[in-house]
Formats: sequence, C-alpha cells, structure tokens
Amino acid sequence: MKKYFIIRVINILITLFIIATATFFLMKQLPGSPFDEEKLSNLSEEQRMEFYARYGLDKPLSQQYVLYMKNLVQGDLGESFYFKGQDVSTLIKNRIGPSALLGVQAVLLGFTIGIILGIVAAFRHNTMWDFSAMIVAVLGVSIPNFVFAALLQYYVGLKLGILPVAFWESYSSSIMPTIALSLMVIALIARFTRNEMLEVLQQDYMLTAKAKGVPPFKIIYKHAIRNALIPVITILGPIVVSLLTGSLVIENIFGVPGIGSLFVDSIKVNDYTTIMGLTLFYSAFFVLTMLIIDLLYGVIDPRIRISGAKE
Amino acid sequence: MDVETLLKVNNLHVSFSTYAGKVQAVRGVNLYLKKGETLAIVGESGSGKSVTSKSIMRLLPSNSAQIEDGEILFEGRDLANLPEREMEKIRGSEISMIFQDPMTALNPTMTIGNQIIESLLIHQKLNKTQALQKAIELLKLVGIPNAETRVKQFPHQFSGGMRQRVVIAIALACNPKVLIADEPTTALDVTIQAQILDLMKDIQKKMGTSIIIITHDLGVVANIADRVAVMYAGKIVETGTVEEVFYNPQHPYTWGLLGSMPNMETKEDLIAIPGSPPDLINPPKGDPFAERNEFALKVDYLREPPMFKLTETHYAATWLLHGKAPKIERPLKLDKKRLTVTKPVQKDAIEITVPNEPLIEVKNLKKYFNIGKNELLRAVDNLTFDIYKGETLGLVGESGCGKSTTGRTLMKLYEATEGEVLFQKEAVHGKKNSSELKQFNRKVQMIFQDPYASLNPRKTVADIIAEGIDIHGLAKTKEDRRQRVYELLETVGLNRDHANRYPHEFSGGQRQRIGIARALAVEPEFIIADEPISALDVSIQAQVVNLMKKLQKERGLTYLFIAHDLSMIKHISDRVGVMYLGSMVELASSDDLYNEPLHPYTQALLSAVPVPDPMREKSRERIILEGDLPSPSNPPSGCRFRTRCPHAIETCAKMAPEWKEAKPNHWVACHIINS
Repeated sequence: MKKYFIIRVINILITLFIIATATFFLMKQLPGSPFDEEKLSNLSEEQRMEFYARYGLDKPLSQQYVLYMKNLVQGDLGESFYFKGQDVSTLIKNRIGPSALLGVQAVLLGFTIGIILGIVAAFRHNTMWDFSAMIVAVLGVSIPNFVFAALLQYYVGLKLGILPVAFWESYSSSIMPTIALSLMVIALIARFTRNEMLEVLQQDYMLTAKAKGVPPFKIIYKHAIRNALIPVITILGPIVVSLLTGSLVIENIFGVPGIGSLFVDSIKVNDYTTIMGLTLFYSAFFVLTMLIIDLLYGVIDPRIRISGAKE
Repeated sequence: MDVETLLKVNNLHVSFSTYAGKVQAVRGVNLYLKKGETLAIVGESGSGKSVTSKSIMRLLPSNSAQIEDGEILFEGRDLANLPEREMEKIRGSEISMIFQDPMTALNPTMTIGNQIIESLLIHQKLNKTQALQKAIELLKLVGIPNAETRVKQFPHQFSGGMRQRVVIAIALACNPKVLIADEPTTALDVTIQAQILDLMKDIQKKMGTSIIIITHDLGVVANIADRVAVMYAGKIVETGTVEEVFYNPQHPYTWGLLGSMPNMETKEDLIAIPGSPPDLINPPKGDPFAERNEFALKVDYLREPPMFKLTETHYAATWLLHGKAPKIERPLKLDKKRLTVTKPVQKDAIEITVPNEPLIEVKNLKKYFNIGKNELLRAVDNLTFDIYKGETLGLVGESGCGKSTTGRTLMKLYEATEGEVLFQKEAVHGKKNSSELKQFNRKVQMIFQDPYASLNPRKTVADIIAEGIDIHGLAKTKEDRRQRVYELLETVGLNRDHANRYPHEFSGGQRQRIGIARALAVEPEFIIADEPISALDVSIQAQVVNLMKKLQKERGLTYLFIAHDLSMIKHISDRVGVMYLGSMVELASSDDLYNEPLHPYTQALLSAVPVPDPMREKSRERIILEGDLPSPSNPPSGCRFRTRCPHAIETCAKMAPEWKEAKPNHWVACHIINS
C-alpha cells in the first residue's frame, strides 16, 4: 500500500513537470503580448529594456524557463503581468473561496439528489417514478446550464425577488449558482446510479439477501447501494474537478468573483503568468483528486483493497 | 396434512409475463415434504423446477411473475397468499435457500461474518457479539478451517467450494425446518461436489432439516434423495421414492432421462430424446411430452393424463398406465443398463484395438502465461502423449487443470512455451508461412463449449458454416457452396430450411449442431471438442454425443474430447488422459482407466462421480479429497497432487514423479506405483 502510494506521488510530480514545461513554451509561442505595445513603443530603448528586465523577459528563453522552474519548486508562481504587484498564488488564493464554496455545494447537492433519483428509478423500474426521474436526467443533460441559470435569475431573482440576481454579497448569493451548477451533476449521477443499481439488483446476492428475510429497505442500503456506488465513483473525479475549479460561464452570469472568471480575464489580457499558474493549479488539483478517488475505491471495494495490500 | 408432513404444495400455477406472451412456467404442481426427508425435483432447463422452489420462498420477480392458482401450505399457513411482511419472517428462519453459483451468491463488499449474522440479527434478535460467536460455530459446522479469522474475510478470499460452504452456513444460521437447494453443486468441480453433498447429508443427520434439492443431475439425486419428483414442461410427470423411480420408472420421459445418462459400464449409444421441450407460451393440449414420445398414443395428443397411482408413494402421469392402454415394454437397454451396474460385463478383447499410427505427437509440451509481477501461471507443464488416427482421446480434469489450454495449444491458438507438437510428423509450432498455416488450419477444427457465444449472431447459419469453405476456396460456384451447406446441415440432423436463419432462432442443442457443421465444413482430420456438451441439457447432450460418434465412424475423424464429466468422457473416448494442475497424471484406455485406476487422483475422481443408481450410490465408499486445488501459479513441489493425496509419502515432496508405462498402454505419474 505504502509503495503504491509513493509510486503514485512520483507519477503525479512527473505529470505536473510535463504540464508546466508544455504550458511555459506554448505560452511563449502565443502571438501578442501582455503589455500595450503601442505605449511601450513610445518609451526609449533603455526604458523598455528596464521594463522587460522587471519581468525577466530580457533573458533568453532557456534562462527564463530555468528561472520559472526554480521559482515553481519554491512554490512561487510569479508575479501577474496584469494585476500590478500581485503574486499569482495570492490571486488564486483570493479567488478560490467563492469557486470552492459553489463547487462543494454543487457536488454535495448533485450527488445526493442524483443518487436518490437513481435509486428510486431503479427500484420503481418502468413505472412513473422511473420515467419522471429519467426525464429530469435527460433535461439536465440537454439544457445548457447558462439557459437554466438565466431562467433561475428571471423567475427566482426577478419575479419572486427572494435571492440576489447577479452580485456576490452574502451566502444567499451562492444558492442560485449552486443549483444551476448541480443540474448537470444530478442528471449524470441519476442516470449512472440507475443503471448500476439495475445491474446490482439482478445479482444473485440480492436474492440471497432476500432469502435471508432481510426487509426491502435494508436490502437497499446494506447490500445494493455500496455495490452500485463503486462504478459511480469513477465519474466523480472529472465532475469534482470541473465544479470545484469554478465554472467560467456560471461565474460570469452570477457575477461570482471566482477562479473561473479570473481565468477568463487573464486569457483576455494575455496575462502569461496567471494563465500558467492557473493551468498548473487545475492540473495539480485534477491529479490529486484522481489519487483520492483511487484510494476511495479501496475503502469501498474490499477486492481492490486486498490487491493493493499485496503490492 | 398429517403431522409428519411439513410442507405441501397443491395445484400450483405460476406464470411469467414476457414480451412474447404469458409463459405458463408451472402448471398444476402437487408435492409434499416430510420431516427430515430429502425430496429431489429433477428436470431439464425450463421444466419449472426452479420456479417451483422459488415460489415456495416467494422469491419470484414481483413485476413479471405471478402465482395464478394453488396453495403452499407450511405449518398451517398458505405461503402463496401470505403478506410480504409475514413472508419475510419465514424466509431465512423457517425456510432457507442455497443457490447455484457460489461465486455470485455472496455480496462482494461485505465480510462473510456480517453476511451470516444478518439473519440472526433479524430473526433471533441476538446482539452482535453473540451472533458472531454463532457465525464462527456455523463456519466450523460447514467445515471451514480457521473460522475465527475467516469470519472477518471477504468472499473473494474464498475458493468456490469454500464459498458454497459459506452459503450453506448462511442458510443454516437460524436452524430452518426446510432447506431448498437450487442446483447447489452444478457450478462446482466433481471432487468439491462430493464434499458438498456429504456436508448436506451430514447436516441433515445432525439438525433434522428437510431438504428440497433441485437438480438436473440424476447422479446427485441417487446420491442424496429419499424421494424424487420428475418435472417436465411445468408439470410433475412422475414421483416416487428414488428406488421406485430409478428401478421401476413408468413415464416415457423418465425412461428418456435415465437412458440419456451414460454410466460407467456401457458403450452402447445413449438413448437420446428426440426434439426439444415445448413452448410454454402455448402449452400443448394433451401430454406435453407426446411430441417427443415414441410410445405416444392418440389420446396423448388430446387429453392430459391424470396421475396414475402405482403405490402409496409412486405416481406417474402417462396414459400408458391406463387399463385400456396397450402393454408397452420399457426400452430393453434401460433394464440392461441397470443390470450391468450390479455386475459389470467383461469387455470383449476385440474392442481394445491397439492403434499404432499417431496423428499427433505431443512431447514435453509446456505453456506458461505471464500474469505480471514476475509470476508465471504454469497452465500446462510437461505433457507427453500421442493421439492416434481415428481414435477419441478424452481429456478430463477439474477446472484450472489446463485441459482447455492443452487443446488450444495443440491447435496453435497459443504458441507453446517449450516442447513440441507434431501433427502428421510436422511441427505445429514455430515459424510457418501462410500457406502452411492455412493447410494446418484446415485439418484441425474446434467445437466450442458455449453454443450461444460461439456463433456470430449477425450472420446466417449458411454464412457461419460456409466461412471456412470460402476461406479455403473449397466451393467453386455459389451453387456448389449452397449444396455443401445443405449437405452439412443434413449431416448434423438439421434441415435445408435452417440455412437462411440466424443463430438466435435455434435452441442450445441445435446451435451446437451448427457448431459441429461449421467444424466439418472444411473436411478436417482432427477435431478438438472443448466441453462441447456441458452447456446442454441431459437429453440434448445424448443427441450431440451420438451425432459425434456417428460422424467419427463415417468420416474417420480423430477427436480430442475435453470435458469434466467423467461418465460422458468414458462413454465417448477410446483412451482417457487425466490432468491435474497442468500435468497429466494418468493415461490409459478408457476401460482400463475406469476399471483399474492406478493414480490416487483418478481413483478419487472416479469415486466422486455420483452414478444414477441409488442402491450403489448409497452403499459405496467414497474417497473424499480434502481441501481445494492449489494455485497453478504456485504449485506444490514434487508431485503436484501430494497436498491432497491420501497416500503421499516423503519422496512426493522432493521430486516430481516420472511419467511411466505401468502396464502395457497404461501410463501413470506416481511414486507409489511401480512399473
């Protein structure tokens, strides 16, 4: 188990190194510049060199790369080109809060409702329950979340006037974006859970449980759910990452000062260091989540636990 | 209902709604179960035997199955109409059930301890510590060593046989009055089957449980049952004590079932029942068996026969027992077969012809699989044998012994790790150009185990059969190709109309015939049949085996027949090789092997096979092998069988036994046998 963990961590570090290198050189290939070239051209040659030197842009590419990597190892993502005098890490730190709040809420809401819908649909297979749950699921996948967000804003925000429409002031501001974000999750999880559940209900051990005289409700939560959830965990990774790191569209619509809107802004202005920092942050977050999920498998599925222990 | 009768089923009707219509799976079943007795329900797939047992437990899928009529009386209550809540109290405490496949019957994410105590917590209101204590006792009762540690383990840490013991422990947890076992040994190897049957008998003796066992295996019935009910097309056609049903069968279907079972002593053709069971969406009007019954009377097609009483316990539903029916002698073969059981007839010397021209020579063949982490799976380890032209060589052994790998390696589906295979004096393995390969492929064909998975569902039967003809360019014109397909279909007992249909339109037995036709299409010399009948019902098995024997005679084919069913392999093979854990332990003519097995493993294997003869079955001494098969990736040193061998000596651990000819044409690998 320990060995497995170490190997995984080494793999993660290698992955991140490759991503950092790739984004660094790709960034440098991009046309355009983070600075207003017109204004820069008004400066004298000397002043301009001084300006470049301030951001380390006067050195050859290879040296810039070595410097960037050196700083990276020390946890320094560099200074933003756009937000003057601000570290990229500080920027991320300041912006992650709202995104993480929305993400955690949307994941919890989406998983809870999605799993419940899926289980109900499976147990009431081919009944009105099943059909209604699956209609919700199809709608959730097919309606783009910005359309749903706009509907929410109009009806709940404007007509009913019970929640703030598009500004970030208190906890109540997070409710509508959370709901808008979770719709997709509900839909995906409900469909997936239903299918897995139907599969599990066909298994012989469900009959064994019934033959023991276990009441139906207990059969569900003691025998069925755990087995049905094992595959559901697989799709947990990508969902968690995409939600926790902020949704570009939803954050824009609801005016959330999150990490998603920071990303959009930095791309607009060619803020190299911020883009690189965010890409790296996303990647690191993704690989770590996948690691946690793989470890989670072991907790839920004893067959995996044992083979891990042998390693 | 008298005091002795525990359970009584009256006029039970069960139907299933399907897209095609209502399937009348059980049509008026009557049966009873007395205290402490074992009732066997025998029948082929679709006969309604499992549905009957699940109805008693009310375990049928509630959305499609329905008990239409009848009552199931248990201790004065009618289970057919009991509310679900009340039924839950009976399940697992008064009546419990053992299922067929121990690999899937246990929840993979729960410790076996928790699975055993579940019913104790529900029904007996024990606290968890008491329940766990009881679980450990139960595991000991069903013969699981180190129960204290095993109770905390998960199902995947147990072997198949051990899991079935756990399933039995779960069923016994609350000391039920009735135990229903639905094909409890079908998924197990024969030596493990013997252990489990023994365990069930032992438990019945200790706890006085009444058992209903559902099975298709008449050997198992003869071994364990007190009474038998034979089911066909949703009805019980004959019922009586085992002795009555086995020694004085009255219904033609029972004759057919008994006749289609090979036993160890006969070489004659099996009595196959022609055709296949009726469609239960529109069940036939009269006797459902009439269509397949060579003795059918006119009345059989018109009116359903009632149960005719023969003795207090013996009943049969056939018009042949009516006073006005013509006297019909039971097929002679059947009686002869039974007679030979008690005194085996000496085989004529002529039958043992010593063939001398080897078609295939296998020398020190090894096939290892790399299973990662520097581990090797020694699937086949050092085999040496010949297959003679025109003979059938049977290869028998338990699952994981390497018999299928051997077959595939002979066919060059796998490349050999070491050693060589000569086919007509030419090496099979090693580099070959494509025309040599094609030539070889034409001469060697295979028949597969699963007739459902081995035929491409999107091709017509004609295209499936003719694929080989096309590849090898055996037909000049389209007309020629069609004629060949027709001929092949007729050869395997199908007809021309079948050529344009798709595989799903056929039954299992018919599909296996298509598989045989496909193999024959390229006019091969050698056919490897890998468990060709194990997925089929008994009566259909006999049809396929008879067909294979006939084809061999007509075309001079050579067979390698791989199976785990010892009686069937004895029936079809000229010589038999017994494999254990990747190596061959004994090879001899089938008569020699069965009459005088030399290797302790062969002896145990033979003694474990239940024979369809209750008297012999109940009187004979069994050699029950302890424990499970060791893992082929880490086999025991020296002789691989030594860990389970009752005669193991010191030398066995030190060196592998030599492959020697102990008697003329009788090869064996064992230290305690001298040549």
